[in-house]
Amino acid sequence: MKNPDRRRFLQTAAAVAAAGSAAGCGGARSRWRFFSLEEGSTLRAMVAWIIPTDQDPGAVEADTMQYIDRQLRGRFAAQAKTYRDGLAAANRLAGGNYAAATAARQQEVLRQLEHDPELHRFFDLLVAHCMQGFYGNPRHGGNRDFVSWRMLGVPVLPARGRDTRDLPKGGRYEKG
Amino acid sequence: MKKVDAVVIGAGAGGGVVAKELSTHGLSVVLLERGKWYGPNEDRKDDLRNQRTTILGNNSGPEDEGNPRVVVDLQGHERIVAPSQGEYSNNAACVGGGTLTYGAMAWRYHPLDFRMRSTYGAPEGSTLEDWPIDYDDLEPYYEKAEWEIGVSGDDSNNPFKGPRKKALPMPPLPPTREHTLLRAAAERLKLHPFHIPMLRNSVPYGGRPGCMRCRWCVGFACEVNAKCGTQNTVIPTALASGLCELRTGAMVKEIQFDARGRATGVAYFDGDDRLETQEAELVVVSGAATESARLLLNSRHALFPHGLGNRFDWVGRNLQGHTYTGAVGYFEEDVYDDLGPGAGIAVSDFNHGNPGLKGGAMLANEFIRLPIHMLSYLPPGTPRWGKAHKDAMRKYYRHTICVQGPTQEMPLWESRVQLDPKVKDRWGIPVLRISGDKHPLTLETGRAMAEKAVLWLKEAGAAEIWRKLPGHGTSGGQHQAGTCRMGDDPKTSVANKYGQVHDVENVVVADGSLHVTNGGFNPALTIMANAYRISEHILQTWRGSRFRS
Repeated sequence: MKNPDRRRFLQTAAAVAAAGSAAGCGGARSRWRFFSLEEGSTLRAMVAWIIPTDQDPGAVEADTMQYIDRQLRGRFAAQAKTYRDGLAAANRLAGGNYAAATAARQQEVLRQLEHDPELHRFFDLLVAHCMQGFYGNPRHGGNRDFVSWRMLGVPVLPARGRDTRDLPKGGRYEKG
Repeated sequence: MKKVDAVVIGAGAGGGVVAKELSTHGLSVVLLERGKWYGPNEDRKDDLRNQRTTILGNNSGPEDEGNPRVVVDLQGHERIVAPSQGEYSNNAACVGGGTLTYGAMAWRYHPLDFRMRSTYGAPEGSTLEDWPIDYDDLEPYYEKAEWEIGVSGDDSNNPFKGPRKKALPMPPLPPTREHTLLRAAAERLKLHPFHIPMLRNSVPYGGRPGCMRCRWCVGFACEVNAKCGTQNTVIPTALASGLCELRTGAMVKEIQFDARGRATGVAYFDGDDRLETQEAELVVVSGAATESARLLLNSRHALFPHGLGNRFDWVGRNLQGHTYTGAVGYFEEDVYDDLGPGAGIAVSDFNHGNPGLKGGAMLANEFIRLPIHMLSYLPPGTPRWGKAHKDAMRKYYRHTICVQGPTQEMPLWESRVQLDPKVKDRWGIPVLRISGDKHPLTLETGRAMAEKAVLWLKEAGAAEIWRKLPGHGTSGGQHQAGTCRMGDDPKTSVANKYGQVHDVENVVVADGSLHVTNGGFNPALTIMANAYRISEHILQTWRGSRFRS
């Protein structure tokens, strides 16, 4: 397909349809702002290795994918191509579909990316962004329900330290 | 714009104090600040976007868009950087400047910090020099800053400090677990631990409440206004005098001069990007070491075509900050008690008198760490991803103490800011180009300080210890200093001991730029004290249009 806009439109339409049907079954309702459905599923499978799930939730449960997805439409926009190329490379190295590859193959691909003279740039970003999404503030889309803070034993709802009250829209408080 | 007695550029640690002193003594003042005035409730507690962790931007200016700088690395490669990138050496652009979001340690420099050349000689390759003033000259103004702006703490157990006439106005905050462990260990080592002086209310003071000990301290505006900066102390006092007008969003382009080279005021872009002129009898430059040097270099005249004060090429030279080194220790017991600000105990045993070294550092426990910060505190060799990384985060987060300190740097002629010949900011004003390195002695002292931290943590019972060692490149950032050195000789300094630029007596610098050396301590209180001293000189000698000689 030559027309990228058309491709994005079809992907979005598919995502909406998928999300709609999943919601009907009470499943996940994640909708990408940046990633295609295929990229999203590759990313999900990759971050599951960066911060794996064990007795505590991992990167998938914290939805670090959403943190990355949001930032690629904002702060990290300049890294969009690195992500698209990197995810495509992950699929290629995994024989077409990273998410469907065996666990051993998935890990092997990560190691290849990590040590590749070019692709390591993508991998480095992925690790850094994954950590930010997992350990950073939930307002940016990751660390859902403060899972990492709970894991580390940091009191989640700070009685001290305003984290939940923000300015009313357009409102101002007196200075000084 | 109506002509005023004084225009003050920059509402930070220095400019806020000068604006207050002049306006409350009858001078008309316009205080220009390029940033905004953030109220305590406008600063979200966002661990990814704040003054110290700028992954998603900074919270106290300047904006990333339109405020570039050029950084030249040690290989000579240059690149354009934005304020939220570390190499930019950003402090802040807002009312209060760095004092809005700082950690607020309130150090008096050690008496020998003003006498580095006399104490240690002239190390090869360094521009090490004595200050033109002594600790004793500054002592009354340290006291004034401590009482007017507000300092808590207790340094009575610090035998190395300079003489103090008056105790601090507020008691220290109660100790944390870290503090208790480290104090006992320091005493066993025959060191002299004490409560860090902090520009932070421990009890209600100055009409503001005491610290609520939250974990959102360094990098954030204090929600309850317990942290004492110029934005909630001297600047409101200045405004209440009725003689000081604060204009935010005001980016100064240049200082203007008459034909004889006397300053007549400044040209600045207002919040709507209109070019305005503010005439004044006296121009006070308080933009911090990087931006003050930039303004001087951008202010030219036939008499000084290379920039104001720059006849002998000293403006922008000797850029310095601090080289932070120390160590992190792992403790089997839980040492995290979720009490801010975290930092509370220090020793000054190693600031001077280290055999074979020139200078040293105060060592203190580090501020409270949010989970995101822990990523850079893990032991070297920790796998950077996977289960082993997650295990390390779980193991270390509540079980580590960091002890570190600001090693005093040997100033370098080559470490500098200058104007970039090509790159301009969004107003078309030439931006800074930063280049330089650290002196080998600075690195040596930094490594030695890390070993002192190791000893302290070991004595406190740390089961594993890893070092934070110094790296190459320039420093600056929040502690930026040195670029408009004050001195008695116009050939080897930019300003005299009262901050007056040698070439033009009615331009006065009042910020960390003046620091000849930067002490082995956080510089904020010294900047404030020196601003009080400079203000007093202005008030005593200013005769409406001239200084009384």
